[in-house]
Amino acid sequence: MSAALKSAPQIGDVVLSAHNVAKSYGNVHALKGVNFDIRRGKVTTLFGENGAGKSTLMKILSGVITPTSGDIVLDGERVVFSSSTDARDRGISIIHQELSLAPNLSVRDNIFMGREIMGPTGVDFAEEARQVKALMADLNEVIDPLTRVEELRLGQQQIVEIARALSVDSRILIMDEPTSALSATEVEVLFKVIRDLKSRGVSIVYISHHLEEALQITDYAVVLRDGAMTAKADVADIDLEWIVRNMVGENFDLGSPPSGYEFGEVALSVKGISVADASGTGYSVVDNLSLDVRAGEIVCIYGLMGAGRTELLECVAGRVPSTGGKVMLENQDVSKLSIADRIGRGLALVPEDRQRDGLVQTMSVGTNLSLASIGTFVKGMLLSRGREQALIDDSIKNVHIKTAGGGAPIGSLSGGNQQKVVIGKILATHPRVILLDEPSRGIDIGAKAEVFKLLAERATQGLAVIYSTSEVTECLSIAHRIIVMSKGRISAQFGSDATKEQIMAASGEAVIEH
Amino acid sequence: MSVAGPSRTTTKPGLFSGGFDLGRLLLEGRAFFALIIIIVVFSMLSPYYFSTANFLTMASHVAIFGILAVGMLLVILNGGIDLSVGSTLGLSGCIAGFMMQGVSLKVFGVILFPPVWVVAVLACCLGALVGLVNGVLIARFKVPAFVATLGVMYMVRGVALLMTNGLTYNNLGGKPELGNTGFDWLGFNRLAGVPLGVIVLVVIAFLVSVMLNRSAFGRWLYASGGNERAAELSGVPVKRVQILVYVLSGVCASIAGLILSSQLTSAGPTAGTSYELTAIAAVVIGGAALTGGRGNIRGTLLGAFVIGFLSDGLVIIGISSYWQTVFTGAVIVLAVLLNAIQYSRRAKKPATTGQTTSPQLGGKA
Repeated sequence: MSAALKSAPQIGDVVLSAHNVAKSYGNVHALKGVNFDIRRGKVTTLFGENGAGKSTLMKILSGVITPTSGDIVLDGERVVFSSSTDARDRGISIIHQELSLAPNLSVRDNIFMGREIMGPTGVDFAEEARQVKALMADLNEVIDPLTRVEELRLGQQQIVEIARALSVDSRILIMDEPTSALSATEVEVLFKVIRDLKSRGVSIVYISHHLEEALQITDYAVVLRDGAMTAKADVADIDLEWIVRNMVGENFDLGSPPSGYEFGEVALSVKGISVADASGTGYSVVDNLSLDVRAGEIVCIYGLMGAGRTELLECVAGRVPSTGGKVMLENQDVSKLSIADRIGRGLALVPEDRQRDGLVQTMSVGTNLSLASIGTFVKGMLLSRGREQALIDDSIKNVHIKTAGGGAPIGSLSGGNQQKVVIGKILATHPRVILLDEPSRGIDIGAKAEVFKLLAERATQGLAVIYSTSEVTECLSIAHRIIVMSKGRISAQFGSDATKEQIMAASGEAVIEH
Repeated sequence: MSVAGPSRTTTKPGLFSGGFDLGRLLLEGRAFFALIIIIVVFSMLSPYYFSTANFLTMASHVAIFGILAVGMLLVILNGGIDLSVGSTLGLSGCIAGFMMQGVSLKVFGVILFPPVWVVAVLACCLGALVGLVNGVLIARFKVPAFVATLGVMYMVRGVALLMTNGLTYNNLGGKPELGNTGFDWLGFNRLAGVPLGVIVLVVIAFLVSVMLNRSAFGRWLYASGGNERAAELSGVPVKRVQILVYVLSGVCASIAGLILSSQLTSAGPTAGTSYELTAIAAVVIGGAALTGGRGNIRGTLLGAFVIGFLSDGLVIIGISSYWQTVFTGAVIVLAVLLNAIQYSRRAKKPATTGQTTSPQLGGKA
């Protein structure tokens, strides 16, 4: 309202901007002095790889976290958001990648959650429903206010999130990967809504890994890399190649595939594996996929979120059941074996989420390291402390874990070192085939390089390595072979001489899906 | 080499802030200090409290709860809860009483009087069976532990009432000519002056302690209680571990039931009502986390002694049993409060030390 008094707001005016915003967590610099403008009635897209700082910047702009230094300027005035509620009250809303709806409640109750309209006799449900209907009419959507959210398709749920943001009169709407779970038609609907919002003067910040899709809708492009802004431009002046070049950079090298030795026999052979969707919708997240990996070979599986990489690896490791197909380890069928038996035969998984699936937070560094190979230091009925200590010391040395010792609590380590503990735990079981699901997620570039060096070293000793990633640079670093997954299938295979553009095109990242 | 030295020495004083932190010491050893305070206070209030004879009597009361609490600790380490132990205790006493009266086999027209050791073994098998039902419900059928053991608690109590028709077996002495005497041995006999119940508690605690600290199963238990998903992916048979802890808890409950009915020389169907809550309280006072993965035998035993010595002390100085309930409750609330403080401290501590050390390590690496 105060903005209206000053002067009539024009399309294209800067409404919200970040000046020199930096954010550090201890020694880790997530953002290093970024300038970022959001313009009225325009879509600004943030491009960048995982860990580039996109989400951190968005969380700062929406009041979820406060920056270590730098200013936020809203309508020409310096502001400090005390919380995300504070930011929301000033017209800034964020729609997170993971939807934050209560599936058991109705659309109406979700939209007014936490700020119910009170009448004389309690919540005024009729008024709420009327407002929801009005919002849905604005969005050209036919969703009944009383439908439970869990009964809606994902795209419709996204619409409900947007409706919730609009219901508080948001002028600035931040969307973090809104299309990652949407079908092509749902994306069309979302884009129509975005254009409609623009015409009403709402400013939108858009984050997406689907580059071409984002190019269709955006007005400005801003590229982040390693916490710093590397480029910004008007969409008219740029193309896909420009984005990829600025996103990925040319320089950093994580190493090259180990060479000078022959691959051994086929160590792991996946034959026509299918995995059903966990929510029971009946469609396959991994669809009749076959893959051979030889001893000493490093294979990278690249794909976008939801391509089925995690499900494939978890199925091979025995965590999730397959609905068809076989897993052969050194010519023996292990499809019916438990996780423990597969580890015993030399097939083990380093899971994607190390906090949830990799570490036991209540135990020490040492007991975490020895957990998967307890069988090797049991003497009679009891554990041999000496042998366990030797195993722990070896692991700490072999995978270069920076720790005060095996007795240190696991929480005292940095993310990269925690990841090394998980990898060290699996390597201590002397696997023949190791599966790593996004081993570089959430660790800094130095630790990343160390992890890859370690894997390359083991590969030359005959270990078959399969790792998945969503960062294209990591494909080209140490993999002998790159497999691109899209929608549960292998969409392309490349040797180590592939280009970033080829890989991204095959993943569906740079191609609009129809 | 030379750089690693200073960075380590600088972190240590930060951890212990001057080498001696009284608050931290009191917090970590709280169950021990509570026990000392209880003994000192009651010794001042009553001349009868501080004597070997009284301690042994109190200890034999503690034995019942202590054995239940050891079983409960295993379940709680796994992140579960076992509400059925009180009922299992009652039922196994009744089964023992029933068998001591003689089992009549109508088909053969004979009455069997099994010897006491057979009775004891069968009662323990019964406890294991109840535990197995709990474990299978929880591990295989994914019934929440609270609900599964609540249901089993009612069922087992019901079976005990049906069996005895609500009455109590009084004649547990057996007859010499039938060769089934000696049931009172567990409850009354002493070894070097120590009641057998206490010795059984010590033996069970020792065995479980070795199991927890030195066996693969113990490691599996701590791991699957701390993070079941991570344990499973490391090859820990999490379901088997889960079933086994309930079986062991059931066996512990049966042993406690045998000792109790031997001490009372009678077995009633309502014996052990609400004992499961006392056992849980002992485990919690001993510092175990109800979320699983943290806790040990030493703490649990101290917890059992705190509760036992407190309630017996209140009886000795003649405070009404209603007040006893209030005091016990207050101790439990205090214990949980201190647990919360300890674990939130632990969660913060590593983060701060990590921040102070990482710049040094990072800068010098």
